[in-house]
Amino acid sequence: MDSVGIVSYGVYIPRYRIKVDEIAETWGEDADSIRKGLWVFEKSVPDIDEDAVTIAVEAARNAIVRRDMDPLRIEAIYTGSESHPYVVKPTSTIVAEAIGATPSLTAADFEFACKAGTAAIQACMGLVGAGMIDLGLAIGSDVAQGAPGDALEYTAAAGGVAFIIGRNELIAEIKATYSLTTDMPDFWRRDGMPYPEHGGRFTGEPAYFKHIIGAAGGLMEKTSTTPKDYDYVVFHQPNGKFPMRAAATLGFTEEQLGPGFVVPHLGNTYSGSAMMGLAAVLDVAEPGESILMASFGSGAGSDAFEITVLDEIEELRGKAPSVSELLERPTYISYATYARHKGKMKI
Amino acid sequence: MREVAIIGVGCTMFTELWEISFRDLFVEAGLSAIEDAGVEGEAIDALYIGNMSAGRFIEQEHLASLIADYAGLASINTPSTRVEAACASGGLALRQAVLAVASGHHDIVIAGGGEKMTDVDTGDATDVLSAAADREWEGIMGATFPGLYAMIARLHMHRYHTTSEQLAQVAVKNHYNATMNPKAQYQRAITIENVLTSPMVADPLHLFDCSPMTDGAAAVILAPAEVAKKYTDTPVYIKATTQASSTISLHDREDITTLDATVAAAQRAFQTAGLTPRDVDLAEVHDCFTIAEILAIEDLGFFKKGEGGIATEEGLTAIGGEIPINTSGGLKACGHPVGATGIKQAVEVTEQLRGEAGKRQVDGAEIGLTHNVGGSGGTAIIHILQR
Amino acid sequence: MTVPRFWRKLKHRYNLLGTHCTTCDTYYYPPRKICPKCRRTGKIQSHQFKGEGKLLTYTIIQNPPEKITAQAPYVLGIVELDEGPRLTSQIICHPEEVEIGMRVQSVFRKIGEESAQGMIYYGTKFVKN
Repeated sequence: MDSVGIVSYGVYIPRYRIKVDEIAETWGEDADSIRKGLWVFEKSVPDIDEDAVTIAVEAARNAIVRRDMDPLRIEAIYTGSESHPYVVKPTSTIVAEAIGATPSLTAADFEFACKAGTAAIQACMGLVGAGMIDLGLAIGSDVAQGAPGDALEYTAAAGGVAFIIGRNELIAEIKATYSLTTDMPDFWRRDGMPYPEHGGRFTGEPAYFKHIIGAAGGLMEKTSTTPKDYDYVVFHQPNGKFPMRAAATLGFTEEQLGPGFVVPHLGNTYSGSAMMGLAAVLDVAEPGESILMASFGSGAGSDAFEITVLDEIEELRGKAPSVSELLERPTYISYATYARHKGKMKI
Repeated sequence: MREVAIIGVGCTMFTELWEISFRDLFVEAGLSAIEDAGVEGEAIDALYIGNMSAGRFIEQEHLASLIADYAGLASINTPSTRVEAACASGGLALRQAVLAVASGHHDIVIAGGGEKMTDVDTGDATDVLSAAADREWEGIMGATFPGLYAMIARLHMHRYHTTSEQLAQVAVKNHYNATMNPKAQYQRAITIENVLTSPMVADPLHLFDCSPMTDGAAAVILAPAEVAKKYTDTPVYIKATTQASSTISLHDREDITTLDATVAAAQRAFQTAGLTPRDVDLAEVHDCFTIAEILAIEDLGFFKKGEGGIATEEGLTAIGGEIPINTSGGLKACGHPVGATGIKQAVEVTEQLRGEAGKRQVDGAEIGLTHNVGGSGGTAIIHILQR
Repeated sequence: MTVPRFWRKLKHRYNLLGTHCTTCDTYYYPPRKICPKCRRTGKIQSHQFKGEGKLLTYTIIQNPPEKITAQAPYVLGIVELDEGPRLTSQIICHPEEVEIGMRVQSVFRKIGEESAQGMIYYGTKFVKN
């Protein structure tokens, strides 16, 4: 495979947060045991005028600003989300217009629960690798919804990550990718329904773990690598416990998981989750270091990537907000304000 | 160009007039003016109608024909024209009527203004009024009308230390004046505390800083000055009719705390009439919000920029003060049926100059001024009237 | 606002795209085809603004108009962009934190919507810098 990889990246996290304690108090649950069980302390909440589109735009703009590049070079835009505001009418065209990439480009929206963004990365890799386009933009953006009183409320968060994929001027090379996909009804949302259904414990072993471990394992087999060959590992983070267990099962250490482990003070940003972890790693990784990232999307599938950081990453440091900068200075809100922002109160 | 005089005036009650339809409002005001002038209907050469938004309030356009028809003048094919300049529609109708007579093209002309605002609910009415601002770049961005004037107020307070109490005093004065105006919507006095404790609409403007929704109409009859005395012993002469445009949006205004349209129209008016602000004995100015009156008395030249608040506080604009402002109660207390206001202002000044203003009479009034504004200042129309 | 009407200017709203009269070197946002200073002698070009400026004045609105996505009380202000032109926008900041003269920065947000089934209006608002 030709040398294809990441040319730039951008992140956006809304500034509001709600603590697990605040949600637990509303529903009369024990905050302490929830924190221990999920290893999540608080999650991000969008402002009343933010949605998956506005978040995608901000993340994309940050990717462009980081590189100070001409947006007209972007010839494909794919946005993955499970909270596209229009069921019919793409998010990607609004992004295209808002970053000044129109009109010579192709675009479409992706959906595959939390791995829609990484699927978009793979699509861009294909177009770039085939020489069909100069640069592609892959975005994972969500304002995830959990039904009031459901366990998902503690973790369903808002955020977005954009990767510009290209062939030259790389800051990190994507050396290989491998995906595991099966038809798996662990989590879904029917058309017209406001909140998703999920299978409780069914979403663990047969869904998340089987696919992530299968994809990550399959990638390592394909590339003849082992956990020791990587400096960092990033998994999809629906809560804190799952990625820690996946890492342990595969033979990765807590140190490798560390920098990309963003969920405790952010929550699960769905299509942006694994990508957010990858961005957090790129914020600190040194040239020559190696990353394994595996996303997971219910339905179900996992996309795994072997990524090597290159010298050029040093030039882009500090040119756009880092994940930790966006996690700093949160504004905490009450459950009532949270419910208003998320449109949970139907009038 | 020959001089023009007002020979008759009429005005309906200004309030929520559930029983009276749009067309009947005009008919009532028109009849009242015609009787006051003692003219016959057939003598009327032309009608000028001022109305902001009948199209959205009552889904009716082609008002020129509607009003001519129901006034009984379509049967003799009298020419009729409707003009619109948002809240300055009435003043615009008056000006067009004056120009028609001054030019020699018509002799006896009626200028009427009216608005029926209460057939729709307050939320819809507010949206209709917001069309006086720039829909594309102010309205859609969340700017409401009180919001725009509130931004003017905030900057005026920041620059000139105008206070909320001074703004409130405008409302207090105008409500007091309205207690002596049997046509006014609100005829009870209020206090500064009433204003400041009323709910905040758009900081720093409270509910009582804002003029209300009102139904009403007013009309004046114009004639060439040389024949005015045939109709009335107390003609009122129009010494100046001027108009100026400015930016539609507040953000494009050169100085957000000055209505340059008012300044330009006022300069032209005083120049035409050969007068200065000191010569004016009373003025009806456009107080759609209390801050608007403060701007008006500055921009018209009665007080220096930034001193409108203090002047109001010191009672200089009360009846008996240096320059009585809004003896009718203004838009705030008399009410603001949008298209009617510009004409009503002329009715009030005429009655004052004739000595017929009852308890709110300004003693020895000889020269009066009317000031009508559209939107946040996109249009300003001024008339100077003399006994 | 009807769909074609919003669409016509959406690029300008998303990207703060205005105009520049190169004859008198004045910048305009919203875009203008005619320079008020030069009128027919003005040469007009497209210009994208950087999105940074300062707050000239503001108010805090208690009752948002229908179809506007803003939670009352919200701050509405007039922003003067560094390049010169002024515009009206919601200012995203706590009402207690707003002050005349403060620096602001553009962000991409939802401005409103026609209705729950209708078109969503996106555009540019400003946050405290």
